Amino acid sequence: MDAVIASYLPIIIFLLVSAGIGAALLIAPFIVAYKDPDPEKLSAYECGFNAFDDARMKFDVRFYLVAILFIIFDLEVAFLFPWAVSFGEIGMMGFWSMMVFLTVLTVGFIYEWKKGALEWD
Amino acid sequence: MAVRLRHRALARWRPGREIGEAIMISGLGAAFFYLFAFVAVGSAFMVIAARNPVHSVLYLILTFFNAAALFLLTGAEFLAMILLVVYVGAVAVLFLFVVMMLDVDFASMKRGALEYAPIGAVVGIILAAELLIVLAGAAFDVEKPAQTALPAPNPVVRHNTAALGDILYTDYIFFFQIAGIVLLVAMIGAIVLTLRPQRAGVKRQNMSQQVARTPETAIDVVDVETGKGI
Repeated sequence: MDAVIASYLPIIIFLLVSAGIGAALLIAPFIVAYKDPDPEKLSAYECGFNAFDDARMKFDVRFYLVAILFIIFDLEVAFLFPWAVSFGEIGMMGFWSMMVFLTVLTVGFIYEWKKGALEWD
Repeated sequence: MAVRLRHRALARWRPGREIGEAIMISGLGAAFFYLFAFVAVGSAFMVIAARNPVHSVLYLILTFFNAAALFLLTGAEFLAMILLVVYVGAVAVLFLFVVMMLDVDFASMKRGALEYAPIGAVVGIILAAELLIVLAGAAFDVEKPAQTALPAPNPVVRHNTAALGDILYTDYIFFFQIAGIVLLVAMIGAIVLTLRPQRAGVKRQNMSQQVARTPETAIDVVDVETGKGI
């Protein structure tokens, strides 16, 4: 167990180094950059117009549909990883259980394709 | 057949620790555990305390990260990575969509938050009590199901992902297929709930029609008389 956790040490070092570089790049402008604050620099700018509206506008519900379909197939792929890793151990039963699982989700895929859930308009 | 196969995989495992034996952590592992645990609790608190709902979702992502790190410390590598891929990569984005989609006045929502605090507290206390009963289940001496007695394999011999795969698709085939059905229901439910009827008169690209076009069908040579239109 400890050997496994110790193998994540490079990731900790990587995170620390990247956090250090990110912090340095954030802090450096405060020290070295030329400063000339102006309220106009902070105002919203939209192709030369004043902003028409708040940026927090309502999202179309279709984005949500695309995202949730993505999550479902994301989970389906997540189930494939352990299956592929221990493919040699689980034999025919493991193979066919995954085939049934994929068939069930393919039924859903055909349904969403035929319903036009993947079309935008 | 499944049982025999699992025993072959089990034979390579070093016997795990006794069930019910207390797990003591110390040293660097303990330091990391406390770091991740405290950040997780703190950011989980900020999820409900942050004024801006978008900030709440960002704190939720931080909580997911720390939960994944805690999974790693217990040796559940696969769950940790799936937590990152599925929750941070997809579910958090979905939450952001929901926050953007609701378009409610969050300032007015926060004002009434204190009225709902007692109800929230009651729900929280009930959940905490139930969790306590489950986690301290040994004290109540409820007969444990056989599944919890399965020892974790030695990760050096059989790593976490493979250990999951050895039993998930054969021994736990019922739960696995149920997961597939649940995903199918979620897919159909999302489509039924959110798909609006297609607008009429939308021009779509028809690939086969496009590819099947030849110069003969695409170009018409017309002999136009002088001074007249087509």
